[in-house]
Amino acid sequence: MTKLHIFTRGLVKDNAVFVLMIGLCPALATSSTVRDGFGMGLAATFVLVFSNLLISILRKNIPNEVRIPIFILIISTFVTIIDYMMQAFQPDLYRALGVFVPLIVVNCMILGRAEAYASKSSVLDSVLDGLGTGLGFTLALTVMGTLREVLGNGTFLGMSVFGESFQKAPVIFMIMSPGAFLVIGILKALINKYVKKELR
Amino acid sequence: MKSPALIFLAAFLVNNIVLMRFLGLCPFFGVSSTVETATGMGMAVIFVMTLAAWITWIVFNVILLPLNLVFLRTAIFILTIASLVQLVEMFLKKSYRALYNALGIYLPLITTNCAILGVTFLNIDNRFSLLNGTVFAIGTGLGFTLVIIVFAAIRERLDLAPINPALKGYPISFIAASLMALAFLGFTGPECQN
Repeated sequence: MTKLHIFTRGLVKDNAVFVLMIGLCPALATSSTVRDGFGMGLAATFVLVFSNLLISILRKNIPNEVRIPIFILIISTFVTIIDYMMQAFQPDLYRALGVFVPLIVVNCMILGRAEAYASKSSVLDSVLDGLGTGLGFTLALTVMGTLREVLGNGTFLGMSVFGESFQKAPVIFMIMSPGAFLVIGILKALINKYVKKELR
Repeated sequence: MKSPALIFLAAFLVNNIVLMRFLGLCPFFGVSSTVETATGMGMAVIFVMTLAAWITWIVFNVILLPLNLVFLRTAIFILTIASLVQLVEMFLKKSYRALYNALGIYLPLITTNCAILGVTFLNIDNRFSLLNGTVFAIGTGLGFTLVIIVFAAIRERLDLAPINPALKGYPISFIAASLMALAFLGFTGPECQN
């Protein structure tokens, strides 16, 4: 596999949210606006890249029997770092994401990449894999966030899209919880219908 | 200070953990193919959630706070829950065979259930007392059980319905969950939060 393949696998072909359907909790909970979805995606990408990096460096020293607790400890270290960094530099975003920042630690996407890829592969490959998977997650959250914010609030990143009359009565349930389930359901149905099997 | 009854109702219905807070979606979609498995999963979640709420509350307030180790919260909580689940599994296997047979296969799955960890974090964030934290955990667990059983019943009917092939499986489940969430929005009342 070329380096490009490693990168695009997680970005498109095995997209965590749209194809593998993992990491759903943060994907649905934080995609009510573009900013929240994008911020959550980048936070998860940070954790993925650095946990993949460290696990790959240490892969020959981690005893096989206790590898899962060690992976979880490494992941939770980086989750704590991003948790405190976000609290300091992006307090508004941190408040909006709430409990989902510390909960990155139980995102099965991250433990999945550590177990399936970083514990067996070279350092550079693992970082590329983490970057691809994380950016794929960010892409999915941003797409969902865009659809939900534009329809549910009439804005994109806070800027008005359809003018004021729409903003007075937007499709408000799109930014609430039913909208999240509906958007991912329809997107998944469209992917099933129009994206060919061999591409997925 | 909110009363325990209010905390219970809020956790059970108004801020339902699955449909309003989006926690525990993996078991919600993964283990809801029949009503029977959904019930088993729900019971296991109530049990472990309450135990986890107690243990993490004690660990946080007795060990982490006095020692100024609050930044270790994430790492400690996940390790505590992982070992708690293992312990409960071993204990049930030895002492309560019938209960183990009913809950057994669901217990290991619970370690990575973000609903459990989420509840322990929310307990701390809301600064609940031990009593209120217990009430919150039980209410949340019952709320999870209620929606996963209802959802399993819906999915059993969906299996028999003629559905467009593109919508089969996940998409139609998401849309069904969306309609359930819409119904649960009714508990919030006319003035919606957020």
